[in-house]
Amino acid sequence: MHRFANPTRFMKVADRLFPFVSAGFLALLAWGLYGALLASPEDYQQGSTVRIMYIHVPSAYLAVMIYGVLAACSASVLIWKHPLADLIARASAPVGLVFTVLCLATGSLWGKPMWGTWWDWDARMTSVLILFFLYLGYIALLNAFDDPARGSKPAAILALVGVVNLPVIKFSVDWWNTLHQPASLLRFDGPAMPASMLQPLLVMMAAFTFFYLMVLVIRLRAEFAAARIRTLRITGASE
Amino acid sequence: MAKSRARARKQVRMNIVIAGMVMLGLAVGLGLYAFRGNVSFFASPSEIVAGQLVSGETLESGTRLRLGGLVEEDSWQQSDDGVVHFFRVTDEVQAVKVEYSGILPDLFREGQGVVLTGQMNDKGVFMASEVLAKHDENYMPKEAVDAMKRAGTWKHAEEAEDAGDGSGQ
Repeated sequence: MHRFANPTRFMKVADRLFPFVSAGFLALLAWGLYGALLASPEDYQQGSTVRIMYIHVPSAYLAVMIYGVLAACSASVLIWKHPLADLIARASAPVGLVFTVLCLATGSLWGKPMWGTWWDWDARMTSVLILFFLYLGYIALLNAFDDPARGSKPAAILALVGVVNLPVIKFSVDWWNTLHQPASLLRFDGPAMPASMLQPLLVMMAAFTFFYLMVLVIRLRAEFAAARIRTLRITGASE
Repeated sequence: MAKSRARARKQVRMNIVIAGMVMLGLAVGLGLYAFRGNVSFFASPSEIVAGQLVSGETLESGTRLRLGGLVEEDSWQQSDDGVVHFFRVTDEVQAVKVEYSGILPDLFREGQGVVLTGQMNDKGVFMASEVLAKHDENYMPKEAVDAMKRAGTWKHAEEAEDAGDGSGQ
């Protein structure tokens, strides 16, 4: 395991996997979109509006999952000062932010026809909005210093503080009365959805995950290049 | 020697992070527990009939609040011009009479969950100024529901689900 903690070696493996991840993303996306938009049935209550779910749920899952990655990397930065963990956290945060925005936007578009409102301050929506601000705060703190390395520690502390929000997001619909309905997917007595809807949803979630991995590799390359440029500048300036 | 000191420092940092997380979790948990009534989006018909909200507040007529529950079967009536709607909202234990003038959301129907904003008048009728439809976690293809209805095996899913949802807080 520690072999891959070396950033150069990690990038070598990541570069080799990159074409497969990209191809996997495109194939899964095509399959998932076909299933979500054409093959899956209309809902008995919501009609075709239910198709928003195939974007909304994967976005929500990635928004939370990427925050989990961010927090794990942040703990690793604080405790072991892993350079690779720092780079993965830096590269992941904007991706997580975008999926949080996507989740809020699609939720709003879904809420208007179904509930009758774009937005309301129930516990689920508010906790996801807090997640959005945690991402923003993390990115701002990370880039608040002239020397990028100095931002890592305060940003990592903020990321860890924000972890308490994750169970609140997940269980908000169970703990309190909310406008948002309870979980359909991750619940004790299995998904509350027939296979004809579940299958395209899972394919879309896999496609989104592959998309994250693909963008992560691209962004890691950029972070590496930026780090190399900084070292070159410093050594060049001292000559 | 140097290596073990580095390891000890890592151990200390790990303990600090874990202790920090535990305390933060406790603080947030206690905070949310203290605010549990206020975080809830709506009150149930039982609470309103009893005049006692979870947040510990007692209910006076004229207080603006949110009421959530199921639209009782066979309770929905409209005024002749179709503008004013009368129905009852229930949590399967108690029911509250509601009056609302305006346009109802698409998902509004009897047996379906709703969240209303408004106030109780002195006759015990909830005067709603906003009606939101709540949909449940069950998804089902239209064809499957039609087939089940034909076969007579269709049971309205919300009745079981939302009743537990509305009163189980």
